[in-house]
Amino acid sequence: MDLSEELLELLQENARYSTDDLARMTDADPETVEAEIERLESEGIIRGYQAVVDFEETERERVRAIVELNVTLDRETSYGDIAERIVQFPEVQELRLVSGDYDFDMEVEGDSMREVSHFISDKIAPIPEITQTVTHYHMDTYKTRGIVLGDHDEDDRLSVSP
Amino acid sequence: MTIEPSQRVETVPPSGIRRFFELAEEMDDIISLGVGEPDFSAPWAAREAAITSLELGKTSYTANRGRRELRELIAGDVDRRYDLEYDPDEEVLVTTGASEGVDLALRAVIDPGDTVAVVQPSYVSYVPGVIFAGGEPLPVPTTQETDFKLTTDALYDAGVEGADALVLCYPNNPTGATMTGSELEPIAEFAREHDLVVLSDEIYSELSYEHDHTSIATLPGMRERTIVFNGFSKAYAMTGLRLGYALGPPEAIGAMNRIHQYTMLSAPTTAQYAAIEALESCDDAVAEMRRQYDRRRRLVLSRFEEMGIECFPASGAFYAFPESPWDDGEAFAEALLEQEHVAVVPGTAFGEGGEGHLRVSYATGMDDLKEALDRIERFIS
Repeated sequence: MDLSEELLELLQENARYSTDDLARMTDADPETVEAEIERLESEGIIRGYQAVVDFEETERERVRAIVELNVTLDRETSYGDIAERIVQFPEVQELRLVSGDYDFDMEVEGDSMREVSHFISDKIAPIPEITQTVTHYHMDTYKTRGIVLGDHDEDDRLSVSP
Repeated sequence: MTIEPSQRVETVPPSGIRRFFELAEEMDDIISLGVGEPDFSAPWAAREAAITSLELGKTSYTANRGRRELRELIAGDVDRRYDLEYDPDEEVLVTTGASEGVDLALRAVIDPGDTVAVVQPSYVSYVPGVIFAGGEPLPVPTTQETDFKLTTDALYDAGVEGADALVLCYPNNPTGATMTGSELEPIAEFAREHDLVVLSDEIYSELSYEHDHTSIATLPGMRERTIVFNGFSKAYAMTGLRLGYALGPPEAIGAMNRIHQYTMLSAPTTAQYAAIEALESCDDAVAEMRRQYDRRRRLVLSRFEEMGIECFPASGAFYAFPESPWDDGEAFAEALLEQEHVAVVPGTAFGEGGEGHLRVSYATGMDDLKEALDRIERFIS
């Protein structure tokens, strides 16, 4: 595994690793690590750093929904054109073109079900190319971005195992 | 009437660090770098195979030596990974953890009064195992000067020429030392010259970071005098499933099985199904865990170097074995625990050569590991 692959893996594991720690873990010097991360960022390979938040553990209520979107295309409009319009909305967290029964898989976040419902009915459904929306509200989240939520198991391994 | 323990049992003292860890268990916010087991769970495929076996009601004993399918897979796996060829019918014994294998081997090949050389520092069970088998343990200290590798000088200095058996453990618990094939060659020559039986605990064989693992049994003239122990606890993070195996010549494995069939009967059936799946489909999980340990190893060694704590470059298992910043490693470990709530194990727990050292396990999550190292740095500064 080369340095850039290893850095990408480590930063996906924890984007808050310090440059020094990344250097220690990869046997590279900190300047090299710094330069490599800058390259990955400037080439658009690393697009950002975000915390994975378990909102169940906070006072704040967040509502998420997966929305299946079906669209119709014409000679002037491509999937990319429709996507370009939809991703502008800050409520849209994820948008993917998928194979199967529907065309786009969209993830929307808001402060309440009312807000999310209004967003879909007022902003998404009226887009001319969209022919159908099917909304699935998240009831509970058990794992997101590879991290298991709500897992507070005590480590009950022996203090000293041989 | 009171029941008096046998003299053999009385001879073996309780763990010298028991009090230390009883103290640790009463504290909050402890980060333990004392544990000798992976912080990962067993690969899901292996766990699911165990569950399925239970759902299908596969809860009977297996053959004493273990399920044949498993023995065949073990034989194929050690041949592929370590160039060890064993007949699954006569030369493989599935045991309840590698520890049972070591115990069986000691009881099977040691007669009362036989001398068993034990390389130290080492896993805490070897010396008691020798005593329980009626043998006389002969410590063979290794030191930081030789990176805790065994040398023929150490064997001669300890007087191993007259011993009957030699217990090895590389990659080593607690030092993290490994030995290459060329470093093992003179040890093999010594064993042949002095007609030693070699008991080689290779439970950490998959956790060798700088070079491929070499089993001493693959060296010329060693297969017939070596019993190899391995298992699923470390590489597959299956410690609680208690499954190991022993490999050796038919007469040794046969003798061990004779004890095994009267005591354990057979290793846990559920665990055997998990192990079959582990061997069939979990190579990637093993590789991933090894990669994670290696990163932690580099971090730990690098941080100790920056703190000015002398530590030889441990290259295997999941332990670092730095010098204690204080001469008295036990006092340091106790003060570190009381003041910073970080638990490490004093090197004295592992026999001669361990004095003035600490065993630091990095089989702990990266966040806790970094926090523990920060606390150690704060404590010594």
